[in-house]
Amino acid sequence: MSIITVDHVTLRVGGRTVLADVSFKIEAGELIGVLGPNGAGKTTLMRAILGLLSPESGGLKVFGRTPERGNPEIGYLPQVRTVLPDLRVRGRDFIASSLRGERWGLPLRSQHDGDAIEATFEAIGARDLAARPLSEMSGGERQRLLLAQALIGHPKLLLLDEPLISLDARHQEVAIDVVRTVCRERKITVLFSAHELNQLLGTLDRVLYLGNRQAVLGTVDEVVNASVLSRLYGTEIKVFRADGHIFVMSRGRDMERIDHMHDHAHGHGHNHDHGRHQH
Amino acid sequence: MTMLMVTATITIMDAISTDMFAYEFMTNAFAASSIAALVSGITGYFLVMRGQTFAGHALSHIGFAGATGAGLIGLAPLWGLLVFTLAAGVAMGALGERISNRDVAIGVILALALGFGLLFLHYYTSFATQATTLLFGNVLAVDHSMIVTLAVLGVITLAALGAIMRPLIFASLQPELAEAKGVPMRFVSTAFLAIVALAVSQCAQIVGVLLVFTLMVGPPAAAQRLTTGLWSGLVASAALALTEAWFGLTMAFYTDWPVSFCIAVLSALVYFVSLMTSTRMGPAQAAPAP
Repeated sequence: MSIITVDHVTLRVGGRTVLADVSFKIEAGELIGVLGPNGAGKTTLMRAILGLLSPESGGLKVFGRTPERGNPEIGYLPQVRTVLPDLRVRGRDFIASSLRGERWGLPLRSQHDGDAIEATFEAIGARDLAARPLSEMSGGERQRLLLAQALIGHPKLLLLDEPLISLDARHQEVAIDVVRTVCRERKITVLFSAHELNQLLGTLDRVLYLGNRQAVLGTVDEVVNASVLSRLYGTEIKVFRADGHIFVMSRGRDMERIDHMHDHAHGHGHNHDHGRHQH
Repeated sequence: MTMLMVTATITIMDAISTDMFAYEFMTNAFAASSIAALVSGITGYFLVMRGQTFAGHALSHIGFAGATGAGLIGLAPLWGLLVFTLAAGVAMGALGERISNRDVAIGVILALALGFGLLFLHYYTSFATQATTLLFGNVLAVDHSMIVTLAVLGVITLAALGAIMRPLIFASLQPELAEAKGVPMRFVSTAFLAIVALAVSQCAQIVGVLLVFTLMVGPPAAAQRLTTGLWSGLVASAALALTEAWFGLTMAFYTDWPVSFCIAVLSALVYFVSLMTSTRMGPAQAAPAP
């Protein structure tokens, strides 16, 4: 069964067409890497899957239904992670706030909720974060906390929007490993957006590459090649493979690095805060 | 620690109660300030969590214009205060992030409101002392009907806060996720600012519009330093506000200093002590990113 069916979908944000007439299908249990230059629509696509944005035209189905806001079957790790600078709330209570946080009334926590939180901390090895306030966590620790949160309640689909962005190389490896293990064990479908393809090469089932208002879904070999990427970037792209790594170059420059620089120079229309972004 | 303070308060009050509570104005003052402190401590906790303390401060200044304006047309200042702060709170919420977290815009509106307050006061010459009362509070002049009014407002404020508390916490801590999960963000933030407006109106009756921070920001800020739990923080904030109000009144009774001054001193003292405690207990700051 296809978990996500995108059929001739056009997505527009603030008068700008982000994706035009895009079609693809994502199957159950797949781990999909969502790649592409900034502003190509990675976040927009996830927002549409969450039901926060209706397609301008075309059919978008998630679990065979039109997406609706607040679906508990979807775990989400948003890219814009507003953390108030001096937030002295401990990890456990921070996570607890998201459990049925949309309901009215007092934030009473059931025994069941408490157990679910502890189990998730345990599963991804983040026990140490439960009692510590957010204001004392590093970017990587906050990220682990948010990853733990996205897994609570056993979602069937996980949308991870740039989960590696504020992590150093070692923590990136750890995060990828956790996602891979948990998702294989629980047979969750994952959309994992990232800047850098190479770290994900051994993990991904398929790649969804966005660019130039188009989307191409396929295996790494099918998608990450000169002809497809030249179309998606709208410029001549060369793809080099060396030592198990793939380098995407445009006129001798590494596209992934260019994306990063672009990020810092202009942002890309979503006001994303890449405060701890490392190079 | 809070328990200790409460116990200490009770012990001290036992020893001196024969003197202080022989006066009706003191029992009234204790009742009124207890209500206002409880409401301020609890509401203020979320104000501090959301980083909207300045918005809360602005609401109280806007309330000053409302109170003097009400006096001008012959109404009780409390109602003018209520109407103006509520309207301003709802307006801030409706305008959303664009205004409620903008220091400059809020600062300009705050100054404008104080200016209008001065203008109304200028034409409202019959009570020159009214200005001081509004600005700095006069809890010793509280009468029985005011206590009833405060109690009713207090129940409404806390009930409303209880109703939105769960989505409010979610929306404050993780706005992006809360939006994705279907929290009506605009409604929650507007409702919260309306609740803050109610709390400000009550708090201003005790310590005056200029000193609402002493009960609405001091205690919750100290509480967040002392504990990182949500519930324990909320309880600590309410307990600190109550303790500071009671101690302040007691101190004022025996020294003849203004009550609001005493509460302001205690509020600042507790906050700075809490800062020192948490730096001593907390681990070293995280190393800066390379």
